[in-house]
Amino acid sequence: MHDRGAWPSDTPIDRSEHELADWELLTDALVDVLGDEGLMNVDEMRRGIESMPPGRYEQTSYYERWLFAAETILVEKGVLAPGELDARLA
Amino acid sequence: MTFGAGDRVRVSDRAHEGHHRTPSYVKGKRGRVERVFGRFTNPETRAYGADGLPEQVLYHVSFAQDELWPSVRRNGSDTACVDIFEHWLEAE
Amino acid sequence: MSDHDHDHDHDHPHEPITSDGEPPAAARARALEELLVEKGLVRREDVRRSIDRLVSRSPADGARLVARAWVDPEFKKRLLADARAAAQELALDSGPSPVVVAVENTETVHHMVVCTLCSCYPRALLGPPPDWYKSLPYRSRAVSDPHGVLEEFGLELDDDVEVRVLDSTADVRYLVLPRRPEGSEGLGEEELASLVTRDSMIGVAQPAAPAPA
Repeated sequence: MHDRGAWPSDTPIDRSEHELADWELLTDALVDVLGDEGLMNVDEMRRGIESMPPGRYEQTSYYERWLFAAETILVEKGVLAPGELDARLA
Repeated sequence: MTFGAGDRVRVSDRAHEGHHRTPSYVKGKRGRVERVFGRFTNPETRAYGADGLPEQVLYHVSFAQDELWPSVRRNGSDTACVDIFEHWLEAE
Repeated sequence: MSDHDHDHDHDHPHEPITSDGEPPAAARARALEELLVEKGLVRREDVRRSIDRLVSRSPADGARLVARAWVDPEFKKRLLADARAAAQELALDSGPSPVVVAVENTETVHHMVVCTLCSCYPRALLGPPPDWYKSLPYRSRAVSDPHGVLEEFGLELDDDVEVRVLDSTADVRYLVLPRRPEGSEGLGEEELASLVTRDSMIGVAQPAAPAPA
């Protein structure tokens, strides 16, 4: 699903650009700092993104995928408990 | 370092469960080594918490677009270049 | 409300908009930060610093490399041999990648950069990538239909120009050294740098033309 080279596509390329929202900047920074702290490297991060269910991958935005990856990897490593992030939001 | 610039190679056509950075559109295809980039950690193991050692040699490999697929519009001379690890390449 | 085209590579987010206009991911990101800070795993000031770095990046550094290469043939040789070292000469940070490669557009070859697998991009030299670079249609068509993509971007090339697409699949980052615009002979380095657009360093556009004298 992430391996997109030559995937059939009729969709014109949408060239509009958006300023990154605060939460997107935050997500980028969290991933960056997690890398610096040795908690998640870039290869793990990519693997995390790739583990997203195919339907979801195409329906989520770029930084939503980053967030999903970070949570997936951190739960896998026991840094976060399963459901801990959900509980914080409840 | 198995290959040098100018060598003809073929990308292995194997399924690989798990994270890897060889795109499917070049698997099984013939290309030419343009450049040897030296050694890098292996993302295939590093993605699972290992240290990615030993480092693997990375190559800049060019493919004729004619070799990759029939496409909508192209020139006969068009190419695509992909950075591929040595363990995905075979001598052609 | 406009019709949504549910093409299989449609990649607009469909998350519900909350009452304050933010997607649910926003609260999730903030909650993640809170948890990580509480656990002593990340420091808030490191997060802030990272955000500051991200928003401070622009294509200006890449443009400086290009402009210098245009006026100084020896520098250009060094840039094409090792862009990371050449950037260091100008005290520019070319980012964490151990190898950065500048590729030169000529009369016979035009380069275009993509990352089909995710969105790898020379962020230190160009700033954050545009949305379209990260989009599913660009990632799929850049490599299989580069002429079609360039046509969408309004870039015309002569028929005999080889289009070379570079797929950034590993840690090497690519920067296109576009051709110096005609009529720019009299311009100084700073003025030249102002002609070098981000899109010309990705390879989907030419640099801007100099203003008429």
